[in-house]
Amino acid sequence: MSTNAVTEEITYIRAVNEGLRWALREYPKALILGEDVALPNGPFGATRGLHGEFGDRVIDTPITESAFVGAAIGAAMRGYRPIVEIMFMDFTQVAMDQLVNQLPNIHYVSNGGFRVPLTIRTQQGRTPGSCAQHSQSLEAVFAHVPGIRVGLPANPQDAYDMLRSAIASDDPALIIESRALYASRGPVELERPLAPIGRAQLRRPGEDVTIVSWSRMVGEAEAAAQRLEAEGISAAVIDLRWVSPVDHDTIAASLERTGRLVIAHEANRTAGFGAELAAWATEERFWDLDGPVARVGAPDIRMPAAATLQEALLPSAESIAETVRATLNAAPA
Amino acid sequence: MDAPSLPETYRAILTIRRFEERLLSLHQEGLIQGSMHLCNGQEAIPVGACRELRADDALTATYRGHGWAIARGLPLPDLFAELMGRASPLCGGRGGSAYLCGAPYGFLGENSIVGAGVPIAAGAALAARRDGAGAVSLVSIGDGALNQGAVGEALNFAAALALPLVVVVENNIYSEMTPIKEMVAIDPLAQRAAGFGIPSVTVDGNDTAVVQAAVAEAVARARSGGGPTLVEAMTERLVGHYTGDAQQYRPAGEVEAAKTREPLTRLRAAAGQELGAELAVVDEEVEATIESAVQEAMGYPRPDPAGAALGVYVD
Repeated sequence: MSTNAVTEEITYIRAVNEGLRWALREYPKALILGEDVALPNGPFGATRGLHGEFGDRVIDTPITESAFVGAAIGAAMRGYRPIVEIMFMDFTQVAMDQLVNQLPNIHYVSNGGFRVPLTIRTQQGRTPGSCAQHSQSLEAVFAHVPGIRVGLPANPQDAYDMLRSAIASDDPALIIESRALYASRGPVELERPLAPIGRAQLRRPGEDVTIVSWSRMVGEAEAAAQRLEAEGISAAVIDLRWVSPVDHDTIAASLERTGRLVIAHEANRTAGFGAELAAWATEERFWDLDGPVARVGAPDIRMPAAATLQEALLPSAESIAETVRATLNAAPA
Repeated sequence: MDAPSLPETYRAILTIRRFEERLLSLHQEGLIQGSMHLCNGQEAIPVGACRELRADDALTATYRGHGWAIARGLPLPDLFAELMGRASPLCGGRGGSAYLCGAPYGFLGENSIVGAGVPIAAGAALAARRDGAGAVSLVSIGDGALNQGAVGEALNFAAALALPLVVVVENNIYSEMTPIKEMVAIDPLAQRAAGFGIPSVTVDGNDTAVVQAAVAEAVARARSGGGPTLVEAMTERLVGHYTGDAQQYRPAGEVEAAKTREPLTRLRAAAGQELGAELAVVDEEVEATIESAVQEAMGYPRPDPAGAALGVYVD
């Protein structure tokens, strides 16, 4: 860290905005495309002021996810560095051909002839009242697809840093923001060197159990760790940050100390990314485990809109803490 | 651009035809695996269209794209090698028949998802407009692709942003293996462009000069900032949708009738006696070119299996 670093207390969405501004300054070939990103300043304000500052490099598109994702791919193949906003994660499904059949194939199949330095930003998760088509957490869908990096920032600094790393990379990347965190504030150092893609962060060291989480659930995991501390349980919390590539080393280092692994995400449990981490732990770190791996996630349901119904389904600090307690008490029958 | 001589046009079309026919024999010899989508009968379209393209233009095609690749100037030995699963300079064997590309040739590639190339081509057009050098992006699709949502989305996107995009619809009257006339309620298909505010024209796709003239107008419009154009080129497939297609869905006599109006038949008829002798020479030269390309392709090594997992990412 530089000694004269300027650190500002800003919101998560403002950090995204600063990351985009950095990109447009840093890369003359950077473009922003998406619905309502230019004149309207972005539906959540991520692109606020950028059209005014950078003019037609910030492009309002028709409501046409296949077309503007595909167009961003084509522009990237022709030397540009596009950044696309897909308003909600749910809307990626409209563009799945471009996102899965096209984008991640191009560098590999062209044998390196084409690069696609395209970054897609979207946001996901439930907020009170959000309907079933604006609430899904689908990171596992994209983690399953080789050829695209997938990151989920959990705080303003990471929203800034991970976005910049994704944009700077010559590989396609999907940055999945958390709408629930957009208004949260935190210190953000703007003059930082670029961080490598795929590094997890140990948020809190611990001796008894390792909780791996990402996106909004990192905060819940930290709150759970605080509760557990009062009960004499020392929980490590890891913010995985990236589900592709995965920083197994950071998890392994903590697991070596704790011997217990709990994975917490907002996404549905079945075939959620927690399942992949659980499989990894049993394949690669079986002899470090002192008990079964546990997962915390939404039950396999659709998401209702009413907040009281949503809260009955969502993982929370308490459900994570409860899972940790159960894990530590687990013993052969 | 000046119209090339009849023998030169004949050579260009025959090269594609003999390439496709040779692929079939290589397939039968077991030297090519997997199905292929050949363009026999449709060659006048890529030949005519590519004559209007500059080196800095972008070209995107469909899985029936060998003719486009050849017309764009991708080397025949490289193409044969790519289809034989050898370490070709194009994609190292990773693309194959239906998904090959050629970055140094401005060939963004074939696409095995019907219609998916149009959004990508629209992006290449966006890049071209931003570069400001008057380059265009040309994409070929089939008649069936016009029913894909991605194509409609991309047409509107290109029109709304006035992008230098030329969409060439090769209407071979079959949407894969189903008559296109049963899959749409309009005729000609090109009128669909009007709904997007895109000018369009329907032309004889078996006449290289006619295709070239239509594409020339479209390209001129695009280069001068006039936005996209859709060119529908009417043609007929002389072979199946894919190798192994028994074509039981085609009425008796249809292919035979098509052979009386396909590009090579027409050129031979137009050549008359004087040029006919010249064409006979071209026949021999093309044959030699194809055979030498096959031999050269056989000289490429197989891709190293140790590299199969490499290159998913740049970093």
